[in-house]
Amino acid sequence: MARIANARSSPRRGSLARREELAFYLFASPWLIGFIIWIAGPMVISLLLSFADYDIITPPSFSGLDNYVQLLTNDDLVWQSLKVTGLYSLGAIPLGLITAFVLALLMNQKVRGIAGFRTIYYMPAVIAGVPVALLWMWILNPDFGILNNALAFVGITGPKWLFSESWVIPAFVLMSLWTIGAPMIIYLAGLQGIPQHLYEAAELDGAGPWSKFTHVTIPMITPIIFFNAIIGVIGSFQIFTPAYVMTNGGPANASLFYGLYLYNNAFRYFKMGYASALAWLMFFIILALSLLVVRSSPYWVYYEGGRGDGGI
Amino acid sequence: MATDVSTAPATGAVRLLGRKSVRHSVQIGVSAVIIAIGAIVTLIPLAWMLSTSVKSNGEVFLVPIRWIPSKIVLSTYVQATQTIPFLIYAVNSAHITLLVVIGTVVSSSLVAFAFARLRARGRDLMFLALLSTMMLPAEVTLVPTYLIFKALGWVDTYNPLIVPSYFADAFSVFLLRQFYMTIPLELDDAAKIDGSGYTGIYWRIILPLSKPALATVAIFAFFNSWNSFEGPLIYLNTMTKYTIPVGLNFFLTEHGSTPWNQMMAASVMAMIPCLIVFFFAQRTFIQGTVLTGLKG
Repeated sequence: MARIANARSSPRRGSLARREELAFYLFASPWLIGFIIWIAGPMVISLLLSFADYDIITPPSFSGLDNYVQLLTNDDLVWQSLKVTGLYSLGAIPLGLITAFVLALLMNQKVRGIAGFRTIYYMPAVIAGVPVALLWMWILNPDFGILNNALAFVGITGPKWLFSESWVIPAFVLMSLWTIGAPMIIYLAGLQGIPQHLYEAAELDGAGPWSKFTHVTIPMITPIIFFNAIIGVIGSFQIFTPAYVMTNGGPANASLFYGLYLYNNAFRYFKMGYASALAWLMFFIILALSLLVVRSSPYWVYYEGGRGDGGI
Repeated sequence: MATDVSTAPATGAVRLLGRKSVRHSVQIGVSAVIIAIGAIVTLIPLAWMLSTSVKSNGEVFLVPIRWIPSKIVLSTYVQATQTIPFLIYAVNSAHITLLVVIGTVVSSSLVAFAFARLRARGRDLMFLALLSTMMLPAEVTLVPTYLIFKALGWVDTYNPLIVPSYFADAFSVFLLRQFYMTIPLELDDAAKIDGSGYTGIYWRIILPLSKPALATVAIFAFFNSWNSFEGPLIYLNTMTKYTIPVGLNFFLTEHGSTPWNQMMAASVMAMIPCLIVFFFAQRTFIQGTVLTGLKG
């Protein structure tokens, strides 16, 4: 910014600065225009719609706070979908985090053939979407699926998984663990980025392996854990494909993820206003949770060179 | 935990070093075993999918399961392409994905150049806005975007899936901008002395030096578009316009008793392009993942 001010103070460079500014707007125009058409505009429309009833056929009619009152006080499915999303997050995020982190720690120990293992662990993350959902439906099939057959092999009668109200969320959590390759690679890179001299200094101070782990590794890696935790929360609220394909919210709404409920309101019941209100509720929940994580971060996140700015 | 032999003081007593390295190699051995078991567990679902895809109708429902079918039936793959018009879906998916990849790379690289190299008032504020859109859940804009496309008469066309990619993607812009910033400014100055304008710098300096980053953006755009489900599900109504993911879901809902062998065969075929790209561009892909994850 200071440089721009300088440039403007001299008249000859002033025209150059203007040319540069013009070039900036030309180069940035795809995003600037896109921001207006795909982000800012829709956000305004969405906000307006959330105070209206709109079924696509008849014109929207203003309904005040009705949608918000309805979703907060008179719609059990909102609470059900929040419960489903919350329970899933409580299972999938910590479990995924720990598993990915432990795997990264193990792989950081100069084990031979790391590149090959990395490829294998990463592979499931590449083939996301419907094929993976279909594959897991088949794996979790109570009678012919491989999971219950493996359990039967050790004498356990497996649950009905996707067909059971109490096991459908654990089934989704299990499935999510299959794709921890991406966070694992991020942790691994983080571990490899920890300067060796920190470990050497700790050793000079007489630190053992455990103490080096808790005083060097953990503090250096917390910003990445922090980033992954936020991404995990946002991701849980947006789960759609597996829920839609595998269970469509069932049985008895036991896997009605928030993203699916929102989709149903918009594109199955054509309640566009209500779906917009649901979207804004989701927006504020994600914002609140992210802020909570960011605000609590000084207590557990270590940023080199003082406090960071929250991950950007 | 993450002890390293090289960190042991070189002056340390030989006895101490010996004990330490024995413990160290045991530790590595145990880690290697755990990693290998984990890798096998990771591969089992894929093996199970391949195994199912070449089973006869009868053998699919055999308990206890048979890993290697008594007869390998490759015709399930042919049947799968007949039960659903898989080839048409594949062409549709390829068509959309190709145009999305081009759109994302071209538009994002232009925008990233603006943010990395050109000064303008309010640029930092705009970049902050760009970053915050990465955190904005797509659901917030889902309904209005649908209404806009409906008003344009674009429902049941590919436009809603393709056109937005020509307006730059925040994640790609961020990734490319970080990369452009590592290119020395002296190169720009040299080009300026040679009479290049901003377009010349972009075209002759930045783009040629950014091939790895551009490849990363292209690959991510490819995976996202190829695997995307919700968009095509919302916008495409005509069966012959479906993409592979929507077609696979149709496969599931339209058949009373699921032909799992065909379903798995179709899933394998759907995954093949991703796996091929992944194996050839693995390093690029993994580096991209790391770059976006480590920005904290």
